[in-house]
Amino acid sequence: MGCTGQQSALDPAGDEAEAVYRLFVVMVAGGALIWVSVTALFIYAARHRANSWTPERANALISWGGVAFPVIVLLGLLGYAMWLMPAIRPWNPAIQKEGVIEVTAKQFWWRVRYLGTNGDPPFETANEIRLPVGQPATFALDATDVIHSFWIPALGGKMDMIPGRTNFLTLTPKRTGTYRGPCAEFCGTSHAYMAFSVVVMERKEFEAWRHRQIAGHERTTDIGQALIRRHGCLGCHSLRGEESGGATAPDLTLVGARQSIGAGTLDNTVENIARFIRSPISVKPGAKMPAFDMLPQQEIDEMARYLGGLK
Amino acid sequence: MTNGTTSKDMAETQEDELRRVWANPKGWRYWTSVNNTQIGLWYGSAAFIFMLFAGVLALLVRLQLAVPDNDFLSADLFNQAFTLHGTVMMFLFAVPIFEAVAIFLLPSMLGARELPFPRLSAFGFWSFALGGVFVCGSIFFNAAPNSGWFMYPPLATDKEYSGIGADIWLLGLSFIEVASIAAAVELIVGIMKCRAPGMRINMMPLFAWYLLIVAGMILFAFPPLIAGDILFEMERMFDWPFFDAERGGDPLLWQHLFWIFGHPEVYIIFLPAIALMAMIVPTFAQRPIVGYSWIVLAAVGTGFLSFGLWVHHMFTTGLPQISLAFFSAASEAVAIPTGVQIFVFIATMLAGRVIFSLPMLFGAGGLAIFVIGGLTGVMVALAPFDWQAHDTYFVVAHLHYVLIGGMLFPVVAGIYYYYPLIDGRKLSDRIGRIAFWLMFIGFNTGFFPMHLTGLRGMPRRVFTYPAEVGWDLLNLISTVGAFIFASGVALIVIDILRPKSRKPEAEMNPWNAGTLEWISEPEENWGVRSIPIISSRYPLWDQPGLIEDIKKGRFYLPDAQDGRRETLVTSVLDAEPLQCLRVGGTSYLTIVSAFSLGGVFIALTFHWWLLTVLFGIVTLGTILIWLWTGTSEIPERNERDIGLGVTLPVYASGPASVGWWAMFITMAGDGTAFASLMFGYFFYWTIHPDFTAGLPGPGVVWPLAAVALFAIAWLVMLLARHANAKDRLRLARLCLFCSVFVTLAACLAGLAGPTLHRMQPTVHVYPAIVWVICLWTVLHGLVAIIMQLYCLAGSFTGRLTANYDADLRNVVLYWHFLVITALTSFGVLGLFPEVS
Repeated sequence: MGCTGQQSALDPAGDEAEAVYRLFVVMVAGGALIWVSVTALFIYAARHRANSWTPERANALISWGGVAFPVIVLLGLLGYAMWLMPAIRPWNPAIQKEGVIEVTAKQFWWRVRYLGTNGDPPFETANEIRLPVGQPATFALDATDVIHSFWIPALGGKMDMIPGRTNFLTLTPKRTGTYRGPCAEFCGTSHAYMAFSVVVMERKEFEAWRHRQIAGHERTTDIGQALIRRHGCLGCHSLRGEESGGATAPDLTLVGARQSIGAGTLDNTVENIARFIRSPISVKPGAKMPAFDMLPQQEIDEMARYLGGLK
Repeated sequence: MTNGTTSKDMAETQEDELRRVWANPKGWRYWTSVNNTQIGLWYGSAAFIFMLFAGVLALLVRLQLAVPDNDFLSADLFNQAFTLHGTVMMFLFAVPIFEAVAIFLLPSMLGARELPFPRLSAFGFWSFALGGVFVCGSIFFNAAPNSGWFMYPPLATDKEYSGIGADIWLLGLSFIEVASIAAAVELIVGIMKCRAPGMRINMMPLFAWYLLIVAGMILFAFPPLIAGDILFEMERMFDWPFFDAERGGDPLLWQHLFWIFGHPEVYIIFLPAIALMAMIVPTFAQRPIVGYSWIVLAAVGTGFLSFGLWVHHMFTTGLPQISLAFFSAASEAVAIPTGVQIFVFIATMLAGRVIFSLPMLFGAGGLAIFVIGGLTGVMVALAPFDWQAHDTYFVVAHLHYVLIGGMLFPVVAGIYYYYPLIDGRKLSDRIGRIAFWLMFIGFNTGFFPMHLTGLRGMPRRVFTYPAEVGWDLLNLISTVGAFIFASGVALIVIDILRPKSRKPEAEMNPWNAGTLEWISEPEENWGVRSIPIISSRYPLWDQPGLIEDIKKGRFYLPDAQDGRRETLVTSVLDAEPLQCLRVGGTSYLTIVSAFSLGGVFIALTFHWWLLTVLFGIVTLGTILIWLWTGTSEIPERNERDIGLGVTLPVYASGPASVGWWAMFITMAGDGTAFASLMFGYFFYWTIHPDFTAGLPGPGVVWPLAAVALFAIAWLVMLLARHANAKDRLRLARLCLFCSVFVTLAACLAGLAGPTLHRMQPTVHVYPAIVWVICLWTVLHGLVAIIMQLYCLAGSFTGRLTANYDADLRNVVLYWHFLVITALTSFGVLGLFPEVS
C-alpha cells in the first residue's frame, strides 16, 4: 500500500504539497494522541466502580478538558496554518500574463496553453503539462462548460475551474518525474476519465520540449496524415504545421509523445489510439467526439500509426 | 367507603372518556389518525426504510468500486446511485428521523397530551412520505438526479445531462423542505408553550433543549435552500440565467446558498443525536447530568457557529485568501462546543456509576467513531490541508465518521433505549451486541482506509479508477467493510421485525430513567393520564409518587368533559398554566392537502401546467376548509376547570395563542428565504462592475408606488384590527374590504415596474433577479388578499368578533412581515440602481 504513487499527496514533489504534508503529519500525531486519551478516559469513566467523582471535580473536568484544552490546541494549530497560508498561496495573488500556463477544462479533457515568454510565441497542447523543475509555474484556470477542479496531488492542493471566472494557482515542483492529476470536481458522465499527466523535467530538457512544441510538424506525404485531413479530423483538432485546424477538441501536436490518450483514459499505444477513433464513447462514456466506426479498420490503423509516431 | 367507591368510579369514567376522545380511528381510517405516537412511528419507520434503501445504493456503489476498471454499474447509473444515496440519507433519513423521534417523544417528555398542531404533524408526515417515494422511485425509471446531492450548476442546469432528474431533486425536495419547516414550527411552539406546569425552561429535559435549537436552525437553514431551489428551477424551466456566466449569472451563488443551508444541516443532524445521548447517559450513570448549563450553552453555541462556516465547503473555489482564513478559524471554533458536550458525558459518567447496557455500548462506539471524524474535521477546516483533501475520499471518510458515529450509532442506541415505549419490552440484548460489533468493525474496516485512499489521490464520485494508481487493495477492503457493516444493520432490522413473545404486562420504565417520557404507556394514546406539576429536571427520580399520581388522574386535565382533545398551554419561561388548548383531532384533510400539494410539485416536474393549477386549487381549498373547520372556533364556553381548583380560558388570541406563535415562526423562516433572494441581488452587484449591464431597471416611480400602497394596505389592516377590537364591526369590515383592493393595487404597481420597462428575464441575470424578487413579494400580497377575504367571511358569519379575533390578529402579524418585505424589495429594486 504505502504512500507513494504518481497521484499521492503523501509523496510530495513540490513546495505546497511538502508544506501541507508536514501540517498533516503534525495533525495526525496530535489527533491520534487526543483520540487515545479521550477514548481511554471514556472507558475509565464507564468502568470505574469505586469512588464516584464529586460534581465539582466533574465540572472542573468539563472546563479543563472540554474548554481550556481544545482552545489552546486549536489556537496553536490555527496559528500554524495562518503562518503557512501566505507562504504557499499569497494573500493577494498577482494576476500575471507573462509565462502563465492557461488551462481550460472541458468535458472531459484539458486544453493547455503556454503563453509566450521572452518573445516566444504561445503554443497549445492538451491533457499534459510539462514543467521545469525548481521553477514556480503559474496556472490560469477556467472552464467553459461545467465546474471542474485542477489538482496535482504531488505538487499541491486543488483549485476549481469555474465558468465565468479565472482562478490563479502557483505551484513549484521540486523533483523531476511524471505525476498524475485528476479532475477533482464532479463534472458529468466521464468525470472518472478526466485526468492529465504532469512531467517535471530538467530545465534543459524542458526548453528542448518547448521548442519542439512551438515548431510543430512538417507537412508530409504520410498516408495517415492524408487520411486525417480527408476524414475531417482537423475540423476539430489541430496539428501545428498544418495550415488549418479546429479548436474545439484537443490539440494533437506531438500527441505520440504524451503519456496517455483520452485525458488519462488509455495508455498511449497505436492500438489504443485506433480504439479511441473507432468509438470514443465505448472508451469514455459521454465523450463529445463522434465515432468513426464507419471507416475501414485499415484507415483507422493508418491514422493511429501516424498519430502515435508524432513524437 | 361509599365515597371512595364513587371517586374510583369517577376516575374510571374519566379514564374511559379520555380514552374514547384520544382513540385512533379503526379500519382504513386508521391512516387519518393525527395522534403524535402514530405520526411519530410512521414518520420514523418511513425514514428508516428510506435509510435502508439509500444503504443498498451505497452497497451498489461499493461493489462497483471494489476492483479497478469495473463495469458492474454504468457511469450513468453510478452517478444516479451516489447522488440519490447522499440525497436520501440527508433529506429523507437524517433530518426526518429526528422530527419523528421528537414528535413521538416530546409530548410525554414535556408532560403534555399532544403537540399544539397535531394535524400539521400529520400533514408534514404525508408530505414527507409522498415526496420521499417520488424522489426514491425515480431511479427505477432511470430518471434519478445524477449531479451529486449538492447539485452544482452548470452541470445540474444542463438539461441534456441531468434530464428530469434535477427537477425531481429540486421539486421533490422543496416539497419535503416544506414538511421540515412545518415540523420545526410545531416543535418550537410545542417546546416553548406546551410544557407541564412548573417545568421552567431551565428544567426542560436536554432533549427538548436540543430539539428547540435544531428546530430554530431548520427555520433559518432551509429557507436559503428553498430560495436557491426557486432560482434553480426558474433557470431550468424558463431559462432565467441565475447561474449562467455568459448572461451575468454565477454558479457560485448556488454554492453559497446551498452551503448556508448545507453546513447547519450537519448540525441539524448531529445535535439531536447528541440529545439522545444526553438522555441515555444520565439514565445509565444513574445520576443527573453534570454541567446542564454547559451542555445547553454548548448546543446553542454550536447552533450559532454552524451558520458561519459554510465557506469551508468552498475553500478551493478561489475566494480571497483572507476570507478562507476567517472561515478556517470559525470552523475550528465549532470544535470547542462539541468538545464540551463530549466532556459533559464523560463527567457525568465519572460522577455516577455506569451500568454498561446496550444503548451505552452503541453510544460509546459512536463516540469513539465520532471523535475521529471530529479530529479529521479539525484537519479539513484548515484551508491549506483542505486544498489537498477536498473532494477526495479523505472527505468521504471524514463525513461518514461524523455522521455514522455522531448520528447513526446514537440513533441505534436510541432505538434500543426507547423501544420499550413502542412495544412495552426491550429488544434482544444478544442480537444487539452482535449487531454492534458487526457495525463497529465493519464501519472502521470500510471507512478508515478511505483516509489513505483520498490522500493517495482518489477523487470522490468517480465511477471507476485505473489499476495502476494503487487504490485497488484499499478499495477492496472498504467494500468488504461496507458489507460487514450492512450485515450489522440488517441484524437490527431483524431484531425489530422478528415476532416477539407477548408479555402480559408492559414493563414500565425498564431502565429506571428519570424523565417524564417513561410514564407514557404504549397502549394508550393520551400521552399522559393527567398533566403533572413538575419541580425537578428528573421528576421520576426526585418526585416520589409522581407516576402513581399521574396515572390516578390526580393532576390537571384528568378528563375530557367536553369530548375534545385538550392539552395545556403554559408560559414560555416559567411554565405557568395559561390556557386549555383544544387540539385538532382525526382528519382526512391532512392527507388530502399533503397529497394535493405533492400533486402540484409532481405536476410541475413534468410541466403539466393545467394539472398544476388544478392541484393548486384543491390544495388551497382543502387548507381553507381545514382552517375554517378546525381552527379558531368559538368555544361553547369560555373557561374550563382543569382540576386542582384551576380554571383556564379555552380561547386565546394574539401573542397568548399558539397560532400567533406559529405564524410568527413561519414568517421568520419566510423572511429568511426572502433575505436569501435579496442576498442574490447584492451578490450580483458585488461581482459585476455594472450589475444592471446597461439594461433598463424597473424605474423608480412604480416600485415606490408599490411601497406606498403596501404601506397603506398595512395601515388599513391595523385599523381593521383596532375597529374589530372596539366591536365596530362595520368599520372593521369596511377596512378589510378596502385593504383587499389596496393590496391588489399594490401588487399591480409592483408588477408594473418590470413590465412597463420591458425587462426580459431571459436576457440577463439583472432583469431575472428583479423579476424574481417582484414575484415573491406580489405572491405574498396575493396570499394576503386570501387572508383578508377569509377574515371578511369570518366577520360576516360571526366567527370573527371583538372577543374572538385570533384570525385577524394572525393576519395582521402576517402583514407586519409583508410590509417589511415590500418595503425592502421594492425600495431596493427602485432606489438601489439610482444610488449605486
